[in-house]
Amino acid sequence: MKTLAKYKHSYILMAPFLLLFFLFNLLPVLISMLASFTDFNMLQWPSFVGLENYARLFLEDDVFIVALTNTMIFAVVTGPISYLLCFTFAWIINELSPKLRAFMTVIFYAPSIAGGVVFFVWLYIFSGDRYGLLNGILLNLNFITEEINWLRDVDYIMPILILVQLWMSLGTGFLAFIAGLQTVDRTLYEAGAVDGIRNRWQELWFITLPSMKPQLMFGAVIQITGSFAVAGISIHLAGFPSTNDAGATVVTHLMDFGTFRFEMGYASAIATVLFLMMVGTNKLVQKMLGKVGE
Amino acid sequence: MKWLRRLKPARQINRSFAGSLALFMVLALVGAFMIMPIVLMVMNAFKPLDELFYFPPRFFVRNPTLRNFTTLFTLMSESWVPFSRYVFNTLFITGVGIFGHVILASAAAYPLAKHKVPGKAFIFSIIVLSLMFAREVTAVPNYMIITALGVNNTYWAVIMPAFAMSLGLYLMKQFMEQIPDSLIESARIDGANEYVTWWKIVMPNVRPAWLTLTILMFQALWGETGGQFLRDEAIKPLSFAMQQIAMGGVARQGAFSAVSLLMFVVPVAFFIFTQSHIIETMATSGMKE
Repeated sequence: MKTLAKYKHSYILMAPFLLLFFLFNLLPVLISMLASFTDFNMLQWPSFVGLENYARLFLEDDVFIVALTNTMIFAVVTGPISYLLCFTFAWIINELSPKLRAFMTVIFYAPSIAGGVVFFVWLYIFSGDRYGLLNGILLNLNFITEEINWLRDVDYIMPILILVQLWMSLGTGFLAFIAGLQTVDRTLYEAGAVDGIRNRWQELWFITLPSMKPQLMFGAVIQITGSFAVAGISIHLAGFPSTNDAGATVVTHLMDFGTFRFEMGYASAIATVLFLMMVGTNKLVQKMLGKVGE
Repeated sequence: MKWLRRLKPARQINRSFAGSLALFMVLALVGAFMIMPIVLMVMNAFKPLDELFYFPPRFFVRNPTLRNFTTLFTLMSESWVPFSRYVFNTLFITGVGIFGHVILASAAAYPLAKHKVPGKAFIFSIIVLSLMFAREVTAVPNYMIITALGVNNTYWAVIMPAFAMSLGLYLMKQFMEQIPDSLIESARIDGANEYVTWWKIVMPNVRPAWLTLTILMFQALWGETGGQFLRDEAIKPLSFAMQQIAMGGVARQGAFSAVSLLMFVVPVAFFIFTQSHIIETMATSGMKE
């Protein structure tokens, strides 16, 4: 009771957000997790089935294995690469004069603003007929003799999705880094120069990165949630379902069951597995980030 | 060579010219790749329909036309409710949503970052973990909760969940952690209570953070179509109306390009406006004790 009184103001400040968070964020997640142990078709009252959904997922669902592989590729390839891109470009841009800095920030961030509305541009570039930009150029230069159906060809789907995903990925994390670089105490650099920091790389490792740890951790979480949950670009570019499910991801698989087959219990099990994968990865990444600047 | 001197970094300590030049080359190359599809989108919005289906396809527009935009405006004037209604709905949802989220998330982030509240580590980790659960499956429980609260088919069905997004709290908390404790301590010694400290000391010091959050929220809410919640035509937002116009197949291809450009230009303008404030205010200061 005594601590409650002592932190009265803290609780008052937190209460409105936490109440809304519980209602619109936490409660739906908890319900979904419970639903993953049931057979829920959205028409009848759910019946408890234990671990049946999970067993079916790993033992009987071949598409899930493809989806899982693709998601792992996104997580392992685009996740770290785009994290590095976000930081590297935020850092280089921060070196520029203010006007140029503002201009370059817009250029690099524009793709993630465009996000959903810009898929049609990529469809136009990779269109499978001769009117597609890439086919047109390659045909015109006689590099290929007949048009390639880029987004329907199993060999090209994943590389193209990775390219577009990387193009779009300088988003939330990038902005947080830009803002974070702005808040680093300038006097630290002067003090560092006195203490024998010789060049920008040492400055980066010994001053900038340690000062930005909170933003680096934030960026990592955003990157993990983004790269494990890739779905939109696959659906828009490769189609839904894609050729031989070559572009399937865990989230497109989940949407297949949740939105079209009304198997909410099964879809929830997929979401829970994905959640556990992200939590594990996050633990690992945060541990690695703890070593920055040492 | 005059332009080269302009590339001089803003800070002079520990900067070699060769290093600056190399970094700038990388920046220019990748920047060109980043902007290329955007330029193509702008080009397509001004292409007459026959140029979109021309062989060999052209990147640049040859005979620019405003046809796509006039088509769009004709379609807009034929809408069920006056078009200004959609604009108002979007402005209301976006404005209230951003304002409420930034205030509520910052208020909750301050104690989590700077007070020794019992259970704060637990609360914080729940909020971060909630970012990792796929939203596609929470749609059904969400719908039930919003209906139970009686706000279904009102603006609040979209605005209230926006208030409670985990992202803003997480972002604000990370920035607030960097504020020196001595700054808050001295405010307390001067007799400021927690609310004054939060509003007058903490918030101005994390200005880049909440300006960034404003940008992120604008993007999220600007593209919000209302989904299954906003069913009355009179409360539907702009992006819904635009989506309807764009879904017309090949005949609407031109209008679709125009719609895409319009829906893209507004958040970009908002971004440029807000971002310039981040850089302007913080260029000289940084966070000091």
